[in-house]
This record gives sequence, structure tokens and C-alpha cells, in this order.
Amino acid sequence: MAMPLESPITFSNVGRIRWWQRGIFASQTGYVLLALAVLLVVMHFASPYFFTEGNIQNVAKNFSFIAIATLGVTFVIITGGIDLSVGSMMCFSAMITSMVMTELSTPGGLGASLFVHMAADGKTVLANVPGLILLISLLAGLGVALVAGLVNGFCIAVLGLSPFVTTLGMLSIVRGLGYVVSNGRGSFPSGPDADYFYALTSGDVLGVPVPFIYLVILALAMAVVLHHTAFGRHVFALGGNEKAAELTGIPVVRVKIEVYMTCALAAGLQGIIISGWLGSAPANMATSYELNVIAAAVIGGANLAGGIGGPLGAIVGCVLLEVIRNGLVLAQVSSYWQQTLVGVIIILAVLVDRIRSRMV
Amino acid sequence: MTSTETTPVLELQGIGKEFGAIRALHGVDMQVLPGEVVGLMGDNGAGKSTLVKIIAGNFRPTHGEVRFAGSAVHFTRPVDARAVGIEVVYQDLALADNLTAAGNVFLGRELKRKFGPLALLDHKAMAARALELFGELRSETRPDDLVKQMSGGQRQAVAIARTRLSNARLVMMDEPTAAISVRQVEQVLGLIHRLKEQGVAVMLISHRMPDVFAVCDRVIVMRRGEKRADKPIHETSPEEVTALITGAKETA
Repeated sequence: MAMPLESPITFSNVGRIRWWQRGIFASQTGYVLLALAVLLVVMHFASPYFFTEGNIQNVAKNFSFIAIATLGVTFVIITGGIDLSVGSMMCFSAMITSMVMTELSTPGGLGASLFVHMAADGKTVLANVPGLILLISLLAGLGVALVAGLVNGFCIAVLGLSPFVTTLGMLSIVRGLGYVVSNGRGSFPSGPDADYFYALTSGDVLGVPVPFIYLVILALAMAVVLHHTAFGRHVFALGGNEKAAELTGIPVVRVKIEVYMTCALAAGLQGIIISGWLGSAPANMATSYELNVIAAAVIGGANLAGGIGGPLGAIVGCVLLEVIRNGLVLAQVSSYWQQTLVGVIIILAVLVDRIRSRMV
Repeated sequence: MTSTETTPVLELQGIGKEFGAIRALHGVDMQVLPGEVVGLMGDNGAGKSTLVKIIAGNFRPTHGEVRFAGSAVHFTRPVDARAVGIEVVYQDLALADNLTAAGNVFLGRELKRKFGPLALLDHKAMAARALELFGELRSETRPDDLVKQMSGGQRQAVAIARTRLSNARLVMMDEPTAAISVRQVEQVLGLIHRLKEQGVAVMLISHRMPDVFAVCDRVIVMRRGEKRADKPIHETSPEEVTALITGAKETA
């Protein structure tokens, strides 16, 4: 029932918002990106080693180690929530992956006869189907992360507990379970598929570290989901005005649960990648990483009040943290200063954004 | 008159609502016919909002029955009410500040285009339709501006544009003219007239007596959770309605 337009709409009183007052140019992400560019130039002049291939590879690898989890946490932060359990989740997921892999690869182990057999020499263990053990152990590792994320989401969306408390509890639960299942010793990937595992997690393609490639793919996927799907729209709406989201018929409970599961999945994947680089999944792995991850997200422009954030910001935040860490090492400043500086940057980034939004 | 025209679009029978020991509504009967504009008036705490929330599916009534277009309905969520054709413009507008005008208009009803297995948002179509709706409302609102940066009138236009997306049969407006300029009040009242012309029933909840008398066919006055008056607008006067609202006059 279209109503006839009496005259075309004219904008005599409402001006257009200028291009530099909208989109990325008016966001904290934009300002931090600019700061990062300046920092890179400064680093280039301060240290001849900074832009060497080896160092850049190193930086790319190091920030990829928290950036995937940061993408996940950014989802949660956009809805106005928080997930403190990502560090523990990384560890637990990595640990389950390598434990399942070891178990399935040990002749006499649980179900191992289905997957491996002894070679003729009686010592070498061969896989029945190459890669199958790896696949199952990865699914197991990501599966436990998904379950933990589901529990987080259920407690928050259905039971109405606060995200901070729920995920603080989950931080402890998952870390504790990690100690329980490994008896406090941690585990390391082994068996015939271990080489595939290392290639997939810490190898490189044409000199580009694989974690970095995963990061780019996931970040692009996240950008599409956030800005071009109804789900992404609902994630933003939830952070902007949860009551409005509910009234307009958005399935708030489902979106929230999905967001916490996505975050857990990202953390699990991140943990598995880190364990590939470390060569093991110790029980104290990724302790307090949740703070780095949340710091990176916030520096990159995700607003803890909800409604604002994105993959570019998450990555920019991670890169900035890593470049500063790397710069301090190259400048031979005591690494103890790093944490102090990170704290200062968190506050500065948010402060600059506050001042800017007051000026407009 | 055919029978479809005389079937009330909305019919309430003996609606009551209790919140614990508090009786918010008691024995409310009312009818709204297609194309009728009904003003719902009452002081704060008279039960207007509770009544609106029952019709909109936010609350379930403790007693009584809601009938929509002749058949009994039981809403458990606002979405259920919207599905049968009841749209509400909430007093606080229910907008997400961080989204664009078009994003808010289509919130929960996004237009999508299929790309293989993916259903991606159709930004262009949504912006075009939103601009059309803002044109109908004579509101200078750009579909891709953030609601955060908008004036009160523009926000109102976004909230009202949302009700025009589907073929609503009843539109309830909770204080639509409370926070906007004189010129925009005219626009909103004009819109109500246009809805009426299309056979859409409108329920206007307002404190502003001139608005009610300008557009409504009938006025219902609530006081202390009960319906105190229900009469055609030409049979009453602002003075009488005021007396009914304040309780100076008990019933009409």
C-alpha cells in the first residue's frame, strides 16, 4: 500500500554529513590506524632492523597469535558483552586436541586400533588414513570450546547472568579442567599426523606464516558477516539498544548464544595454533591472554558499552601492541616496560576517542 | 455496509491485569473499527501503557480476551502481534542509535539477496524503500545517516516509517507528538489521516488534547485502571475529557 508522494523529498534543512565525519574516518579505529602508521615510520628510522623480512615475519606471526581470538572477543564486545574465558579456552582446546591426537596414535590406546597400525619393523606407527587423526583431534578440540561457549551463552542469554561473572567463572572452570585432564602436566601433539599438525599451525606459505593467512581469511569473513548479513546487523542492534532489538523481533537469545559460541570457537582455534608454535600445550598456556585480547580489541576501537567494533579494529589493536613490544625489544628497553606502556595506550586510545566525540 | 467493515479490527473483552497486589487494569471492554482513529487518554498511572502493552504482546492479560479481526489471539511476544498486523510506535521509539535510519526501519525484517548459499543484505533496496517512506512522512531524513546524529523529529519519522513496512491493520502510537516540533506534529497528524484513508485503524495515546481532537474519531478515557468514557469526538469537548481524566467527572 504505497502512498503517493506529493513532491520529491528535499533536504533544505538537513545537510549531508561530510565524508570525514562518517565511517572509518570518524572512528577510533581510524585514529589508531593513523597512530600505527606514524609508529611504523618512526620505527623505520629508529631501527634499521625493523623492516627486515625476518622481523616483519616475526611481527606478523606474533600478532596473529592473539588476533584470531581478538576477532572473536570483538563479536562479543559489539553486543555489549565481555568474554574473560578466552585465555583458558585457548589452553583447554589446544590440550584436548593434542591429547586426543596422542591417544588415537598410541597402539593400545582408546580406539587407536581403528586409526593406526604398526609398520613391519614393529616400532613405527603408521596411520590407516593419513590426516584422519588430525581431523578428529581438531574437531575434538574445537568441540570442547564450542560446548564451553554454549554454556557461557546459555547462562548469559537464557539465565540472565552477567557476562562478566559468567565468563570469569568459566575462566576458572576451563583452566581447572585443563589441569584435571592432563594431571597438571599439559600435553604435546604426537603420532603419525603430528607433522601435518605443525605444518598447518606454524608453517608458512611462500614466506607468509600460516596463522597470518588464517587471520586474514577470518577477518574478511567477519567483515562480511558483520556488515552484510542480518545476523551481523542484529549483533550491532543488540549492542546499540537491546530492548529495541527485542521489540523489533530479533531473536536476542539465539544471537547472544551464537556470539559466545563464535568467540569460544575463535579462542579454541587460536589455542591450537599457539600450541603448534610452542610444540606443546602446557597446562599454564595462555594464562592471562584474555587481558591482552580485550586490550587489543579496545585499543582498536571496540566499545565495551556495545554497538561499535569490527575486524579491522581488532587487527589494528593487535598490530599496535606487537609493534610496540617489538620496538621496545629492538630499542633494547627492558621488556618490563611493555606492560606499563600497553596500559597507557589503552587509556590514551579511549581518551582520544572521547575528546573527539565531544568536539563533533 | 458489508460484514467485513463492521467486524472490529480489535476487540477487548473484560481485560484485567494484575502485577502482584497491584491492579493495573480492570474490566476494560473496547472496540476499534477499521479506518477508525481512537484517542486513548488518561493521567499517568491510569493504565494506558499497560493496555497498549497487552495489545502489543508485551504482557499477557490476567483476565479477559483480546480478539483481532474477529478471532481470539494470544500473544506471547511482540513479534506475534506484529505478525497478525499490529504495529506499535513506542514512546522511547525503540531505535538502535548505532545503526543507520534504513537499518532501523528494517531491523528484524531485513531485505536480503541470495548469493548461492549466502543471504546478504540488500543495502540498496532497503535505502531506497526507506527514502520513499521518509518522503511519505515529509521528513528530511537520509537513510544512510546514523540515528545517533538525528533530531527528535527525524527519530520519530524513523520509528513511524517502521510501521509502514508491512500491511498493518492497527497502528498504536504511544505519545508520537510529545518530543517533536510544531511542524513535525502536523506531519505526524497528516500521516494518521493517510493511514485512516487506507483503512488502517490507529490508536493514538497522547497527552496533547489538541492532537486528539484534531485527528480522532472517538476518544477513550482511562482512569485508575478502568475505562471511564468512550464517546465520539463530536459529542464531547476538551473540557469534558479533562474532567474525566482528572476525576472531576466520574463517568460519561
